[in-house]
Amino acid sequence: MSGAGSPGAASPGDGATQPERDPGLQSERTRLAWRRTTLSSTVVAVLAGKALLGSGGAVGIVVAAGVVFAACWVGFWVIAHRRIRVLEGTRVPGALEHRYAVTVVVCLVVTVACGVWPVLRG
Amino acid sequence: MIEYVRNVRLWFAPAAMREEGDTPDYRFSLANERTFLAWLRTALALVGGGFALDQFLPDLRWGWRVGLALALLSAGALCALRAINHWVRCERAMRRGEDLPVSRFPAVLSVVVSVVAVAMIVVVLVGLEGWQR
Repeated sequence: MSGAGSPGAASPGDGATQPERDPGLQSERTRLAWRRTTLSSTVVAVLAGKALLGSGGAVGIVVAAGVVFAACWVGFWVIAHRRIRVLEGTRVPGALEHRYAVTVVVCLVVTVACGVWPVLRG
Repeated sequence: MIEYVRNVRLWFAPAAMREEGDTPDYRFSLANERTFLAWLRTALALVGGGFALDQFLPDLRWGWRVGLALALLSAGALCALRAINHWVRCERAMRRGEDLPVSRFPAVLSVVVSVVAVAMIVVVLVGLEGWQR
């Protein structure tokens, strides 16, 4: 529209001819915040798995709890991936959907609930 | 408590909130989202700390080790629940054009973390005799 594709039409930092640029990089910062959160969730999932393996419980329970931990971790990544695609895809992204926020919190709370068992056994 | 239950209902009924007020500037919503994520990472760090304490302090007496680990795990869960609650309240306040909600949770959490840290320093300095199994 403003000739962003044609070289020389707009000088860098010229807000009048490049209205689509967000000087605050809000989307990028939010995207990176989601990325950091998934990395933190990976650390928690690894520690939870280690606690599970060291608990010495019955194989069935260990496998079941492991599946729950893995599902919660995957939940984090899926939600983050969807949100990151929205943030990358639209210039003015909408607010975070409630079900996304609820899902990540539920994943964390379920991880804690399942983590109590190996901790008590340890 | 009743206020909290009403907020919990809002977590699951975003349409009810959308009818209220005006949609705020997307930058404010994204800032609110990043604050929510920062609190979520704080919660993840507490939960990770609980698991780590349980595994990497095997010499600590069972009661202390399990008690501290469970305290960290529940603090993490509490922090996550509070994060989403605060996010919903901020989003609603922005829609209504009200002041953002204030909270004493950050102060309480800092005091708790400080007390635990000082206790750990004392344990390390004095020695672990009374605490070990």
